[in-house]
Amino acid sequence: MRRKLVYTFIYIFLSISAFISIFPFYWMIVGSTNASVDIIKGKITFGTKFIENFKNLIETFGLGQVLLNSLEVSIFVVIGSLIVSSLAGYGFEIYKSKSRNRVYAVVLWTLMIPPAALMVPLFRLMNVFNLIDSLWGVILPMIPSVFLIFFFRQNFQQYPKEIIMAARVDGASELRIFFSIVMPSMKATYAAAAIYAFMTSWNAYLWPLVIIQSSEKRTMTLFISNLASGYNPDFGVVMTGVVVATLPMIIVFFALQRYFVQGVLGSVKQ
Amino acid sequence: MKIGKSYNLWGWVFISLALIALTLFILYPIIYSLYLSTFSTRGFLKTFVGFGNYKRLFQDRNFLLSLKNISIIFVVQIPIMLFLALIYAFLLNDPKLKFKGFFRTALFLPAVTSLVAYTILFKMMFSTDGLVNNILLAIGIIKQPIRWLLDPFWAKVTLIIAMTWRWTGYNMMFYLAGLQNIPNEIYEAAEIDGANRRVQFFKITIPLLKPIILFTTIMSTIGTLQLFDEPMNLAAGVVTGSSVGPGNSLLTPSVYIYNVCFKYVPNFGYASAISYVIVLIAAILSLIQFKVVGERR
Repeated sequence: MRRKLVYTFIYIFLSISAFISIFPFYWMIVGSTNASVDIIKGKITFGTKFIENFKNLIETFGLGQVLLNSLEVSIFVVIGSLIVSSLAGYGFEIYKSKSRNRVYAVVLWTLMIPPAALMVPLFRLMNVFNLIDSLWGVILPMIPSVFLIFFFRQNFQQYPKEIIMAARVDGASELRIFFSIVMPSMKATYAAAAIYAFMTSWNAYLWPLVIIQSSEKRTMTLFISNLASGYNPDFGVVMTGVVVATLPMIIVFFALQRYFVQGVLGSVKQ
Repeated sequence: MKIGKSYNLWGWVFISLALIALTLFILYPIIYSLYLSTFSTRGFLKTFVGFGNYKRLFQDRNFLLSLKNISIIFVVQIPIMLFLALIYAFLLNDPKLKFKGFFRTALFLPAVTSLVAYTILFKMMFSTDGLVNNILLAIGIIKQPIRWLLDPFWAKVTLIIAMTWRWTGYNMMFYLAGLQNIPNEIYEAAEIDGANRRVQFFKITIPLLKPIILFTTIMSTIGTLQLFDEPMNLAAGVVTGSSVGPGNSLLTPSVYIYNVCFKYVPNFGYASAISYVIVLIAAILSLIQFKVVGERR
């Protein structure tokens, strides 16, 4: 009897928590189908204004270009950081040496530094490269990811070293071993890392805010931030913008849940 | 495995790309900003001030206020969030619980949103004539609408609620992963010995998860010190002038650094000094947490 009561209480507690977690998603999707006045009035049922809001975003606010910019940034960051960090993680793990372990410790230490602290020198560096107000200026500094180097190293720890030894005996070169033997067998790791890199680049805010100046170069986060911070924002349009910004992540999440969780949590082995 | 000379060389080859990129985009900026922090810069003017910037920091009311603001988050938000996350993980780890997958997914879902997107959403929900006030008025908890984003106290409450919504499920996943390493037999044995759930939670779950709790605490601390997207977007357009949130109640060190660089008359040297102090605080806090938990891993 008492046991049943405890469980009833647990289910109620978890249900309320789940409701609070999900409700803002529901509210955002419903909001994207309503006009601004209705949202302010507190309407929380589906309306008919989605197409209008969406059209408004594209025609008045230039959403199309923004999506292309964000996509370009994310694709290059994902490809770049996957190659650079997996090579490094492999190098640190497979060819262990004292000096490289010292380098690795320094690399990990930099995780503590707030990105805002690097802004000024990076901005000046980008100025030297003539990359201010360009997408490449956004992309390049996001490619080296300390977290992903760490993540790859952790995962290469599990890779059976005998396979590498055997390939060496067969005369395969070190690069060939990495690219045609190790890499193809670590698809899950790469998938999780790709999700992580996609998520951080798609959602990056501070660095694009610093480097991007013209409105044709804006990324998604700058775009919705601008939409919402005006004096009298159109709630319907803002909500539609937020939906467009969030949707890719939700789709990736539900399609690849297992990799997603691994990518977001990083090194914790499931 | 002892490695030969050629393998040692290959080790450097593999990490070379990352080293070049890290040197360029992280190491060089760190060193350069240390150098810069000894100068006062106004546009193109650059004057050497030695430790002057660091001295100035301790009299800078805005900087001290930004530290006070994040320490409130540090003391209130992190404990609430991590404790909630522990409870969720503990409850969801129960093999007899039904709909586990649903609850887990639902609680984790907020971690999918971008920081800017969820902040905007919360800003709209918590506007004075917004949804949250309407609900609270309708069920009679409050008589007057709360001025969430217009009052220094409530603005912080809003920030704390929003951050807890976004990060609790994320931290829960770490604890769930950790709990998988604790065999269920321990709980079964405890139950036979008559330990109720509360005792199990405090005497088994928390002690065994200690290393992971330490890890999440350090990550949350560093995250709090770096807080930028949320205060920036919660404050945007609500209060006019240079105040970040009402009475600068949402001013964080990162936002302050940004403002010193790009909003006021830019003083890159001073901004660098602020950055260095923040890095130092992060290092000290992590060290203290290590000591308190008393487990080096």
